Amino acid sequence: MRFVDEYRDAALGRALAGEILAAVDPARHYKVMEVCGGHTHSIYKYGVDDLLPDNVELVHGPGCPVCVIPMGRVDDGIAVAGEAKVILTCFGDMLRVPGSRQTLLEAKAEGADVRMVYSPLDALRIARENPDREVVFFAIGFETTAPSTALTLKRAKRERIPNFSCICNHVTIVPPLRALLESPDLRLDGFLGPGHVCTVVGARPLRFIPADYGRPVVVSGFEPLDILQSILMILRQLGDGRAEVENQYRRVVPDEGNLRALEVMAEVFELRPHFEWRGLGFISQSALRLSEAYADFDAERRFSTPGVRVADPKACQCGEVLKGVIKPWECKVFGTGCTPEHAIGTCMVSPEGACAAYYNFGRYARHKEAV
Amino acid sequence: MTGTPTRTRREERVLELIETARAKRPRFRDDHITLAHGAGGKATQTLIEGLLVPAFGGGALEQLGDAGRVSLGEDAPAVVMTSDSFVVSPLRFPGGSIGELAVNGTVNDLAMAGARASALTVSLILEEGLEADTLRGEIEAIAAAAREASAEIVGGDTKVVQRGLADGMYICTTGVGAVDPRARLAPQQLRAGDRIIVSGPIAEHGTAIMLARGQFELDAEIESDTCCLWPAVDALLDAAGRDLHCLRDATRGGVASVLNELARASRVGVLVREAEVPVHPVVAAAAELLGIDPMYVANEGRLVAVVAPAAQEDALAALRGVPGCEQAAVIGEVTVEPPGMVLVATAFGGRRVMDQLVGDPLPRIC
Repeated sequence: MRFVDEYRDAALGRALAGEILAAVDPARHYKVMEVCGGHTHSIYKYGVDDLLPDNVELVHGPGCPVCVIPMGRVDDGIAVAGEAKVILTCFGDMLRVPGSRQTLLEAKAEGADVRMVYSPLDALRIARENPDREVVFFAIGFETTAPSTALTLKRAKRERIPNFSCICNHVTIVPPLRALLESPDLRLDGFLGPGHVCTVVGARPLRFIPADYGRPVVVSGFEPLDILQSILMILRQLGDGRAEVENQYRRVVPDEGNLRALEVMAEVFELRPHFEWRGLGFISQSALRLSEAYADFDAERRFSTPGVRVADPKACQCGEVLKGVIKPWECKVFGTGCTPEHAIGTCMVSPEGACAAYYNFGRYARHKEAV
Repeated sequence: MTGTPTRTRREERVLELIETARAKRPRFRDDHITLAHGAGGKATQTLIEGLLVPAFGGGALEQLGDAGRVSLGEDAPAVVMTSDSFVVSPLRFPGGSIGELAVNGTVNDLAMAGARASALTVSLILEEGLEADTLRGEIEAIAAAAREASAEIVGGDTKVVQRGLADGMYICTTGVGAVDPRARLAPQQLRAGDRIIVSGPIAEHGTAIMLARGQFELDAEIESDTCCLWPAVDALLDAAGRDLHCLRDATRGGVASVLNELARASRVGVLVREAEVPVHPVVAAAAELLGIDPMYVANEGRLVAVVAPAAQEDALAALRGVPGCEQAAVIGEVTVEPPGMVLVATAFGGRRVMDQLVGDPLPRIC
């Protein structure tokens, strides 16, 4: 595939791996967080971490949009899906995220009309085609997906589609990063910046990381060569004693972001005073809800949702795993109360989460070390 | 590792705990059947090994093969039997239709046990309102596929259900065949060093179906790979004989699921070299766009063969001589470690674990 394979060249990968090896201080241990779940997926898919020296450790960050949705919000979605006439639509990977009692996939098996869509516009189309039904879009994602939800809502308003509404779970990336960085026991040396989020918001909002916390950030693309190059750029910053925001993903990310997308978002959304994150607790001003102008399309106003906060079990230590303070197996509920089949925390929900990966592949990692 | 010795011991204990939990026969504890139970991954395994096998018990079923051995008396020839149901939507798709699929699916399950299909039964569940011409077309497709496989249709059944209770039509087929005397096949027979062969480019059936459903608004010229695999099996048995250790058709759950099953059954590791896996460029592009791994996508006319290293060249040459298998390739080998797991050497030069599916392969949002 042209324009894709170029970024997956094994020989260039080996060359970059050599440069990384030359850039690290063998006496030092490096912990680099990839903020975005898309990076985690690429790292896993291409085996990128296999090309890194043993003393460079990648820590999976809080940027997996489905895994950070708390149980209470999933319960709200399931409650709405259970109402007469409702068709609940959402992205595919949301279907398996556990609520307090079940997942949306299980609710579907019990009779709720839950449908997977690839785009919020598909949800709007379903609303047009089913005027006698109430079509609700369960919106999730960071600034990456928020503009498409915003555009869909604008269109719904313009076309006056009365049977479409949205449960807004959109979140923003800066507050959880700040929460992580505020933690006194943080053990992270640098960050791979979320390339897709920055396509919308630009690289500037990440400047607080070097400015306030002295950690380097490199906004990274998602192909394996992008990731290796970004890791090298972070290691070079650390080697030089620099801490700044660098943009590896220039071919896509403009420094100022996508102004039109930001404009649409500003029209359709407003900040929630606070929002709960699975495993991280409440973080203020970390999520979006529909603005007053779009109140008619707010499913949380149209339907009665339980809105009950379902506490993460106290023993869950996702926060510490995310901060790199503990390893998955050191968590009190790892492998007993919290397994991939019955996940509690965000790190176990996604198959690429740190805990799920360790649960499934820890044995292999041990084997690799023995070799 | 930075851990202190006590930590390491604790880590070992946690890993052992997980190991024990994973090795246990899965228990079926779900309240409802979800689509994941039909997807060929972990949930399907739980349904089969946790509910069906314990209830139906011992004997041939414990082998969890595509087809089961039937004992008709001590002197009787070895016979295998299998059945398969087809609920595909749409009924017709590029490269095939439900009728052709229904015959090939059962014929291929017998072939994977080393048996040529002799006889089939066909049961039809038809939805009220189904167009007669659609039915005629599928009956002709069934007849043609059975002729192609030299299998006689010896019986069947028809039922009609109310509108809305079936998606046009469902087909169930059952087949029997005698095991070829050349065949010594079993999923427990994988040995370190054995080569893994696929009979052609993978993921074409599943991709053709996904695109034919039209929900992605993607157009691509890709056809289902559905075909009768007996000629390929015949050629492999001729070329490799007892060096042919195991055969599986990579249907639901794709090549990844087959390799995971075999690795578990033989307590061996499997290493797949991603760059060697034949994938049609259009399939690769569709999978890329949809965020789906071709290794997990269904095939209806592709097999995975495990052969002893000495037989690799002969087996591959024989297979490539069979029409439709020209692009057969060795994609990896059996290893000692890590037992029960499938590793992939990625084209990029890294390694990863290729696990069983947890549910349907759901597209990612990012």
